[in-house]
Amino acid sequence: MKLRSGSTVLDDVDLKILEALQEDARQTYTDIGKHLGIAHSTVYDRIKRMEQHGIIKKYMVEVDAEKAGVKNITAIMTIYTDPKESEIVAEELSKTPEVLEVYTSLSEELLIIAKVVAENQENLHTFIANSIAPLPGVLRIRTSIITKKFKDTPFSISSKPKLMFIKGTHNLK
Amino acid sequence: MGSEITSKILRTVSREKAFYFFTSIGNYTGVSASSLKEFMERLNEVDLKSLEFHLYRGDFEKWIDEVLQDPELAGEIRRLPKNSLAGETVRSQLYLAASRRLKKLTS
Repeated sequence: MKLRSGSTVLDDVDLKILEALQEDARQTYTDIGKHLGIAHSTVYDRIKRMEQHGIIKKYMVEVDAEKAGVKNITAIMTIYTDPKESEIVAEELSKTPEVLEVYTSLSEELLIIAKVVAENQENLHTFIANSIAPLPGVLRIRTSIITKKFKDTPFSISSKPKLMFIKGTHNLK
Repeated sequence: MGSEITSKILRTVSREKAFYFFTSIGNYTGVSASSLKEFMERLNEVDLKSLEFHLYRGDFEKWIDEVLQDPELAGEIRRLPKNSLAGETVRSQLYLAASRRLKKLTS
């Protein structure tokens, strides 16, 4: 890892360590070292430095809510706002534990897109009616309750950049 | 009815306590009402789907009873024959109940 004028540049070894940790963060330094053909002390040093620089932010557990018996519903809210108030609305949304993700988007109108969880549909409605609709600047809300999840992958860093090919095109070499 | 009770029912409530019209779970129309007068006006303009959604859930009488504190109008709406009401009749019956009550309170 090198530091260039305040920004961090990761080398191939760092990227491979990150890749290994993303696969299984409970691997030992020795396991990672063996797999990559480097000393466990090197792995240790690299990981510590990446932690210190905030590249590795935290180690988390991915829980299968269904198997854990937690019955929640997830919904995607699209909130149409007065442009003057949108930042405040987004900040207020971010403060509530029911809201997991908040984004702003500018299409034809200024929108806030948020992912929200609730125990059931009634709680979801109560939360939106009592806590989101009354926020100054909220013009309309569209809510879609998610019925089936097909893919949910967190962002993953890779040491091997992948080329994206579009079927039927031959201009990528 | 005492003037104190009347003014309480006719007051404008805060934004947090206003009635927000939804068409289904989580889908807010952008229309809200902060007083009985405003509620009556909004009944004429809001999407019919929204009126049906709230009527069958019992949201109108709940808000009128708990927020506006008018058990008389809440009771009248609660007694509407919900199962046999459909289409624009929902709007007209609600409007009739609210306007009759407003007239009584302001006369």
